Amino acid sequence: MFGYVLKRIVLMIPTMIGISFIAFFIIQLPPGDYLTSVIASMSDSGQDMHPDEVRRIRALYGLDEPMIVQYFKWITGILLRGDFGYSFEWGRPVSELIWDRMGATLAVSMASLLFVWIVSLPIGVYSAVRRHSIGDHVFTLFGFLGLAIPNFILALTLMYVGYKYMGQSVGGLYSPEFVGAPASLAKFWDLLKHLWIPVVVIGTSGTASLIRILRANLTDELSKPYVITARAKGLPEHQVIMRYPLRIALNPFVSAIGWVLPQLISGVTITAIVLNLPTAGPLLLRALVAQDMYLAGSFILLMGILTLIGMLISDLLLAALDPRIRFT
Amino acid sequence: MQQTANIHEHTAADDLALTVRNLSVDYHLRSHILHAVRDVSFDLVKGRTLALVGESGSGKSVTARALLRIIDAPAQVTSGEITLFGPDAPLRVDEMGENSREVRAIRGKRIGLIFQEPMSSLSPVRTIGAQIVESLRLHRKMTVAEAKAETVNLLRQVEIAQPEQMADRYTFEFSGGMRQRAMIAMALACDPEVLIADEPTTALDVTTQAEIMDLIARLQHQRGMAMMLITHDLGLVAEMADDVAVMRFGRIVEQGPTDAIFHDPQTAYTRRLIDATMRLETGHNRPPPPMDGPPLLSAKEVSKYFGEATWRGKKKWGITAVDGVSLDLWPGENLGIVGESGSGKTTLGKMLLRIVEPSTGKVIWRPGAGNGDAAERDVTAMPKEALKGYRRAVRLVFQDPFASLNPRMTVKQVVGDPLIVAGLASGSALEDRVAELLDMVGLPRDAMERYPHAFSGGQRQRIGIARALALDPEIIIADEATSALDVSIRAQILDLLLDLQKRLNLSFVFIAHDISVVRYFCDRVAVMHRGKIVETGTAEQIITDPQHDYTQSLISAVPNPDPRNKRMASRIRFAS
Repeated sequence: MFGYVLKRIVLMIPTMIGISFIAFFIIQLPPGDYLTSVIASMSDSGQDMHPDEVRRIRALYGLDEPMIVQYFKWITGILLRGDFGYSFEWGRPVSELIWDRMGATLAVSMASLLFVWIVSLPIGVYSAVRRHSIGDHVFTLFGFLGLAIPNFILALTLMYVGYKYMGQSVGGLYSPEFVGAPASLAKFWDLLKHLWIPVVVIGTSGTASLIRILRANLTDELSKPYVITARAKGLPEHQVIMRYPLRIALNPFVSAIGWVLPQLISGVTITAIVLNLPTAGPLLLRALVAQDMYLAGSFILLMGILTLIGMLISDLLLAALDPRIRFT
Repeated sequence: MQQTANIHEHTAADDLALTVRNLSVDYHLRSHILHAVRDVSFDLVKGRTLALVGESGSGKSVTARALLRIIDAPAQVTSGEITLFGPDAPLRVDEMGENSREVRAIRGKRIGLIFQEPMSSLSPVRTIGAQIVESLRLHRKMTVAEAKAETVNLLRQVEIAQPEQMADRYTFEFSGGMRQRAMIAMALACDPEVLIADEPTTALDVTTQAEIMDLIARLQHQRGMAMMLITHDLGLVAEMADDVAVMRFGRIVEQGPTDAIFHDPQTAYTRRLIDATMRLETGHNRPPPPMDGPPLLSAKEVSKYFGEATWRGKKKWGITAVDGVSLDLWPGENLGIVGESGSGKTTLGKMLLRIVEPSTGKVIWRPGAGNGDAAERDVTAMPKEALKGYRRAVRLVFQDPFASLNPRMTVKQVVGDPLIVAGLASGSALEDRVAELLDMVGLPRDAMERYPHAFSGGQRQRIGIARALALDPEIIIADEATSALDVSIRAQILDLLLDLQKRLNLSFVFIAHDISVVRYFCDRVAVMHRGKIVETGTAEQIITDPQHDYTQSLISAVPNPDPRNKRMASRIRFAS
């Protein structure tokens, strides 16, 4: 088992190198650089910048060097000094900007993942065991609605409902009076009051698809001979289902961490813009539009790494759950 | 039922373990109601074995499950009495609720159940021990430690070596025979009065089958259990059962003591069933083909090693699946290859076709051997194009008639596919050829437009044979072609193959683990054991006068369908 974990971690290294390179390459793809967009916006407002001045700044920031050299400067900075570069747009080091935002993203994503699990597990089991019952059809209908409704519509609707009928302040993660206030129980309660909207919005489609997957898998497993063996032992029905078919049908649930996590993180972007959440999404979007390359690159890199870690965790959990994976 | 009353006149009433009277089970399907079991009555007596015999779909398994009330949702017990006798007052199982506390107290505790496929009947994600412990904790109210100790004890009783370690292993670490032993241990954990064994050895080799049946018989004797043995193998019935009930279309058509059923069957159906089994016990009286000319196909010292290398290219482990096998197939001959699972017979068949590349050795093909032309072609060195021609001449028929036909292709597409791939026919010519092929295997022309699921197992196997015949082959390699079929259909398919052989001048390589089928079909037999051929001879000689120790043990483990002449009890054991 230890060897397996070690192997997986070692194998992550080349993947990470690949991700970092691709992240950097992608943000270099659009023509021009940060200065081009600065000049464009300055000329829009009637100002002009002297070409010598442009060249001087470009050399100062190292923007005139070949891509590969820039990449090495950036990546060695991260590895050796934890220095993610400098955000042109904000005029501050990237690392100062990024951690708060990543933390909020992670919090929202984790809360959404928990929501997805807690809601879809019982419903999935119910739907599989009472297949074609009225309850199953109702959940199926809601599941498909959840899959079909775009996130931003759902976000707007919930904001309206929250504001109009529940009288709470919506948007952001805190009410205005708590922003910047020191941590307290009241502040945490306020967070929870705000968090439910993004969690529901972001989690709905994931919940719907997980219910479908669990229902299909458990249905398959329910007709396996070992279930009849368990019944023939005289076990009560709920124990039969919990101990036998569910154990195997849970596999996609655990591997879901791997694919739900990136989906949640990217799903956050649109929702976060609508709901005005202080997560990574809106910042990443602005950084990309402004060609603020180090900021955008660092975000993409960190999200890639988060996904990799999610995959690793899900694979380890899977190995713990299913001996057939552990032994091969 | 008159018959039932007659059978057990000699048994005292307090020996009864379980009685079933007029049991009926219906399946409520979308379009109609299927009567799976109709008016079935029988008695299970302490210390005796009742065999429930019948072909697939006759309602045997449903009957067994109805006794425990674990039939699946569309099925329902519509009438009948199931009475379980015991130290206390008799219990009416049929009156209990589907998942009530009373019926759960009977399941596993008073009636134990052994299923056919030990691989899929045990959960792969829990240890063998945990699955047995659960049963003990449930019914015998043991603590975890007591239950664990008892589990080890049970595993020892079913003769699993090193029971302490094996209790913590998973099913996929067990061999088929060991899994079935674990299953038996589980069924016997709570000392049931009635044991139901539903095809307990169908998935196992003959030698393993003999061991498992030995074990079951001994444990039954020790504990005085009543047993219901469900099987389609009449040989096993003759060896094991005291009484027999023959089922067909959900009804018991005949029941009585084993000897009476075998030697004085009253109904035509029983007679037909026994005849089909007995017919396979006799060899055919075909003159063997001439063996003086050059052989059509020869394997010369072929071996296959499987192994996995570490990332540095070193061998981590290796298996020799086939070890220096040489054999010849003469024109018009039927060569049988028999052996247990894992003996390398399927790998050998695949190497003859070069689907699996031999590690060493050669396969030589002499396309003109039938006319005395001995020009050799080395199959192992053939380039891709030439191999296509070879594979036109040598075709394969598979074991599983359900898995080997694409469910999304019509019969015409399935049978015609080789012709299209070879570019030999299209349009109406293709249709005519497919119709001709279907006619050859005894299927109507209008079968062409239907999909495989519309056919029974035997009919599907006919479709598979028609596909193999499409390109006018010289040799057909049949890998367990009849082992998935019921015994009466098995005989039909073998007769079809023999008939086709006469008409089309075919040669067969017939891979099987069923000795009686080989005797019926083959001229010569090669016996494989652990990748090597231990003995080759004429079919008659191998079966009546085996020379090698292993062959002797193999032949003696085959159940004999004659209750007056039991073979398994006095079988020879091969130690290696």
